[in-house]
Amino acid sequence: MRIGSPKESYIADEALFRTRTQWVWLWLLLAVLIAYPFVANLYWLFLVCLISINIISATGLNILTGYTGQVSLGQAAFMGVGAYTVAWLDNNTGSPFFINLLAGAGMATLVGLIAGLPSLRVKGLYLAIATIGASFILQFIFINWESVTRGTRGINIEPPSVLGVTLDNPDTFYWLVMPIMVVMVLLAANLFRTRIGRAFIAIRDRDISASVLGINLPFYKLMSFGIASFYAGIAGGLYAYFFGAINPESFPLLMSIFFLAAIIVGGMGTILGSILGAIFMTLTPEILRYGVDILSPYIDNAPQILSPLRTAVFGALIVGFLLFEPHGLAEIWRRVRRFFHLWPFRT
Amino acid sequence: MDWLFFFEITLAGLGTGGLYALTAIAFVLIYKATRVINLAIGEMLMVGAYLFFGAAVGWALPWWLAIILALLGGGALGMVLERGVIRPLLGENPISVFMVTIGLGSILIGMVELIWTANPRSLPNFFPTDPIFIGEAFLAPKTFWSFVVAAVVIAVFLLLFRFWRGGVALRATASDQGAAYSMGINVPAVYSLAWGLAGVIAAGAGILLGSIGGISSDMGLFGLTVLVVVIVGGLDSVLGALLAGLLIGWMESMAGVYLGGEYEHLVTFILLMVVLLFRPWGLFGTREIERL
Amino acid sequence: MHILSVDGLTLSFGGVHALRGVDMQVAKGSITAVIGPNGAGKTSLFNSISGFYRPQEGRVVFQGEDITRLRPPHRAALGIGRTFQNIALFRGMTVLDNVKLGAHVRMRTGLLSALWYLGKARREEAEIRKQIEREVFDFLEIDHIRRHPVANLPYGLQKRVELARALAMRPKLLMLDEPVAGMNREEKEDMARFILDVKEQWDTTVLMVEHDMGMVMDISDQVYVLNFGQLIAAGKPSEVQANPEVIKAYLGSGDIHSLRQRLGGKTRAA
Ligand SMILES: Nc1ncnc2c1ncn2[C@@H]1O[C@H](COP(=O)(O)OP(=O)(O)OP(=O)(O)O)[C@@H](O)[C@H]1O
Ligand SMILES: [Mg+2]
Repeated sequence: MRIGSPKESYIADEALFRTRTQWVWLWLLLAVLIAYPFVANLYWLFLVCLISINIISATGLNILTGYTGQVSLGQAAFMGVGAYTVAWLDNNTGSPFFINLLAGAGMATLVGLIAGLPSLRVKGLYLAIATIGASFILQFIFINWESVTRGTRGINIEPPSVLGVTLDNPDTFYWLVMPIMVVMVLLAANLFRTRIGRAFIAIRDRDISASVLGINLPFYKLMSFGIASFYAGIAGGLYAYFFGAINPESFPLLMSIFFLAAIIVGGMGTILGSILGAIFMTLTPEILRYGVDILSPYIDNAPQILSPLRTAVFGALIVGFLLFEPHGLAEIWRRVRRFFHLWPFRT
Repeated sequence: MDWLFFFEITLAGLGTGGLYALTAIAFVLIYKATRVINLAIGEMLMVGAYLFFGAAVGWALPWWLAIILALLGGGALGMVLERGVIRPLLGENPISVFMVTIGLGSILIGMVELIWTANPRSLPNFFPTDPIFIGEAFLAPKTFWSFVVAAVVIAVFLLLFRFWRGGVALRATASDQGAAYSMGINVPAVYSLAWGLAGVIAAGAGILLGSIGGISSDMGLFGLTVLVVVIVGGLDSVLGALLAGLLIGWMESMAGVYLGGEYEHLVTFILLMVVLLFRPWGLFGTREIERL
Repeated sequence: MHILSVDGLTLSFGGVHALRGVDMQVAKGSITAVIGPNGAGKTSLFNSISGFYRPQEGRVVFQGEDITRLRPPHRAALGIGRTFQNIALFRGMTVLDNVKLGAHVRMRTGLLSALWYLGKARREEAEIRKQIEREVFDFLEIDHIRRHPVANLPYGLQKRVELARALAMRPKLLMLDEPVAGMNREEKEDMARFILDVKEQWDTTVLMVEHDMGMVMDISDQVYVLNFGQLIAAGKPSEVQANPEVIKAYLGSGDIHSLRQRLGGKTRAA
């Protein structure tokens, strides 16, 4: 700890980034993020936009599952709520982009809070099952509330325009989704420097003791659900704008499993884990596609094996990481960092 | 109200309910022995159905031989999963184990699609096709016979569970693992046995289910309803699994006919939410007491 | 003046009667001990006071307020802090965060300011940090491990961190469930000193469960003895020690060996 007036030094000691090296790395990262669209092609920009959306959603799920210990298989469905709200507003009111996005997140939060109600009665696995139930019920609504969702046909969404610029391509959309992602990640990191984040972790580690020490379990559990679905709602809204069309099949249960896999692979209960996991899981199918492309001359019907291969690999990643690297990529990263002593993130 | 129609729907619902009950027993078996909530039960069922398909259609074996092979394959699958993936994780956070079973489900789906593609298939019929009348009510023969088979299997299982040495060991392990150990019961072997048996039962349920409605790689979704069945019945209750299976089968068939097909699963999941909110340990399950 | 009084507390689990009509008064500013053989109901009594167990009968009155119906977090907010018999630290957090969590009920940061970590949240975190460093870490001599994950700490230190966490709340009533169990002599002496200091410096009342008779006799002002959920004696340490009922209770529990050890512990801890 540096010497200064005690109070100042504590503030410095509580900072997210504490050392000079950390700040250097941070600015470097920022510079890369800004320079990226000038060097990357559309395909890679598309991927990074998608990764950013997934990072937002995975971060939300990690707050709920990784930090608070409430397993949820509803993250995709909550994204759906955000996406449908945005789509409906876009089609019916013409309200501006940011309003729609926030409204979508607000609606997702509301639905998430309701879906989180069983968490007051049941824990862990029961809760996971309750969220499966909630997903199904939401899926049903997406399909059958025709007047709002247009059923299985889905809804088209106009690309957003910000300050007169229409963001209809990954190279423009990047400037929207990247800053939002960075802010959302920072907000999450901040949360765990405060009493609220600590309450979440305490609930995960020992809920009853936490309650005896003054943590109001129902309140914080629901808050965690609310935050996770807020993140999902933002991600879902961005998803709707990014792809320009949604339908009930855009948010299947498999997608919730995808996010669960992302935080397992990345590292539960770490901010860095959500980021690494989302990157890894978004890139995996691309790498598989690449691999299958290379193999296609040697095996017949190569394109058909891609989708099953992806499903199997997702599963294998979940199983493999839980068995052999339960703290995920973030832990591997920490080991590497301990080796080199460089990386900025403390979490 | 047309009572005959109502009765026919009830019968059809109980027919599906029998399959729910059968699969739920596999689930409860695993839960009782190893305390694992196995989300891959639906996929184990699917693999069983595909094994039968592979043997009966792919290798063109006679149906009874194909069934035997599929059942053995299902049992082997259960044991392999237990030994390779579940056992190393036992004693860890139950949530990890739960998520591992989600991963396993995904792997099984992927493998089945790699081998047999994702296209739906139909199974060769091996049930008698004479129409079945119960009183005046007509019942599809496949539904009837699969119910009969399910009922017989369940009965045999219950007898085994009560009287066979392995069944006794299983129950002892379920009620108190430590005591079971000290009585000289080979607990790891019981784990294997439970998963193996569950694999056999699930494969059997898969064959029955597939012979009624055909098979496809997403038939594992059936497992989600089974999950609801066991929650409603009480995770560790065999009786609960049976009754809740029939109840939910009946409810779904009612909802499907009187409200419309899309409501079938909706009522199931609404029931799930209600039970979780008001009686999370299920109708017949044991209520767990927390300690500090 | 009593800070806590318990009237006719009765608690049973199915057929097991953990508490039968227990009455107890804890004087403000005292160190009060609850002793009794294994399974006597001491922890159950603590849990009933914390609000985790719901006694079937009886009342718990804290600072003149009937808190029998309050839920555990509210009781904590009123100033009831505690440690647990089998250490209940949050294993995913560092020592510092565990202790900060203890201060949860004293903090006010809301969700929005927490997310942005501006103004209020930042100030409050810095303030709490300062208080913890001054009041708790220096006092308990654990400032060198503040950034350690609690999971890998040795047992004695974990117990100390638990005490730190309870103190961070600035409790009016501090309940310690077997604070020196499993400690070596040196650690026990440290802990006894801490407890005495807490009473003197913190304006805190201490209620503790302890099997180490030496320590109980040395530092407590008042002793309550439970056996099979029933209060069998109460009074000054010397009175209780001489009470034949108490000796019988310990003998009857078949715990002669450990009784000897504990009585022997007296000479060692003294
Ligand atoms: N949650 C519970 N469910 C069932 N029985 C319980 C529960 N908690 C305590 N008991 C029973 O109540 C009785 C008193 O237990 P308690 O833990 O209060 O004893 P104790 O005096 O703290 O013992 P020790 O000295 O071993 O800590 C014991 O018989 C115990 O088995
Ligand atoms: Mg005790």
